[in-house]
Amino acid sequence: MSAESNSVDLTSSSSQYSVENPAPFIEAARARTKRTPRGGRTNFEMQAWVFMRLSGILLVVLVLGHLLIQLVLDGGVSKIGFAFVAGRWASPFWQVWDLLMLWLAMLHGANGLRTVINDYAERDNTRFWLKMVLYAATVFTVLLGTLVIFTFDPNIQ
Amino acid sequence: MPAGTLYRGREGMWSWVAHRVTGVLIFFFLFVHVLDTALVRVSPEAYDDVVATYKNPVVNLLEYGLVAAILFHALNGLRVVAVDFWDKGAKYQRQMLWTVMAVWVVLMAGSFYPILEHTLRTLFGS
Ligand code: HEM
Repeated sequence: MSAESNSVDLTSSSSQYSVENPAPFIEAARARTKRTPRGGRTNFEMQAWVFMRLSGILLVVLVLGHLLIQLVLDGGVSKIGFAFVAGRWASPFWQVWDLLMLWLAMLHGANGLRTVINDYAERDNTRFWLKMVLYAATVFTVLLGTLVIFTFDPNIQ
Repeated sequence: MPAGTLYRGREGMWSWVAHRVTGVLIFFFLFVHVLDTALVRVSPEAYDDVVATYKNPVVNLLEYGLVAAILFHALNGLRVVAVDFWDKGAKYQRQMLWTVMAVWVVLMAGSFYPILEHTLRTLFGS
């Protein structure tokens, strides 16, 4: 050992390595090896990241427009009722608006919650089941909402 | 404390915390909101009954809170997009957060009366 390297705090294990006896090579944490699972080779996380940003931008228009119409203009919440809904869904424009808003907001929110669950639920089982509940609730809500928009009947009863 | 959730503090971290909390809140509301709207498929009366809860003064105030959460999440979401895609985004992230807050305050002030008009009229109107 030369005098210079004495200034470095060497642990008992690392001090044994030298040019003649190099430390074992450790694969970089995220390097893809033969043992990387297949699922890890798709771009899903990157696509989800892009989707969060694209859907977010569209939702600014859809959601803020929705709030403006429902809660701000024309007396705010006072006017809302079955007749008001019937009036708006008579137009395909608002049907498409609401359908797009439903799908984008649910998928955006569900993907956001998936991230939150992945961050905080540390036990494998807990994380798995929380996500199953999330996916079930999301599929149910999206299908129910879609069904309601498509089968709305202003003359019900 | 789960590893990796403590960040560096200041505006960057707190805006992230607020973005996360508002996002989760909005999602839970959306779930309930699709369920209550589904009552239009049951009967006009069932739907109007549930909408009556939305017209209750306390719930009306909660709606103002919901708008506060959505407005913050939407404006700050645009800031996040700008940080990610605009080459000077990271440099100006703090200035953009204060811009977000300023726009938020203006829109919240402007929508106070329209959103709560129903409650103000029922409580104090003649
Ligand atoms: C109104 C326009 C909206 C915009 C511009 C927007 C924007 C964004 C962006 C850019 C992200 C990603 C943040 C990141 O990766 O760090 C995000 C996350 C999220 N958003 Fe939105 N969003 C909007 C509406 C919504 C709605 C309606 C919901 C609920 C249904 C929602 C729930 C969430 C959740 C839960 C997250 C995850 C938060 C996290 O991981 O910390 N967002 N939003």
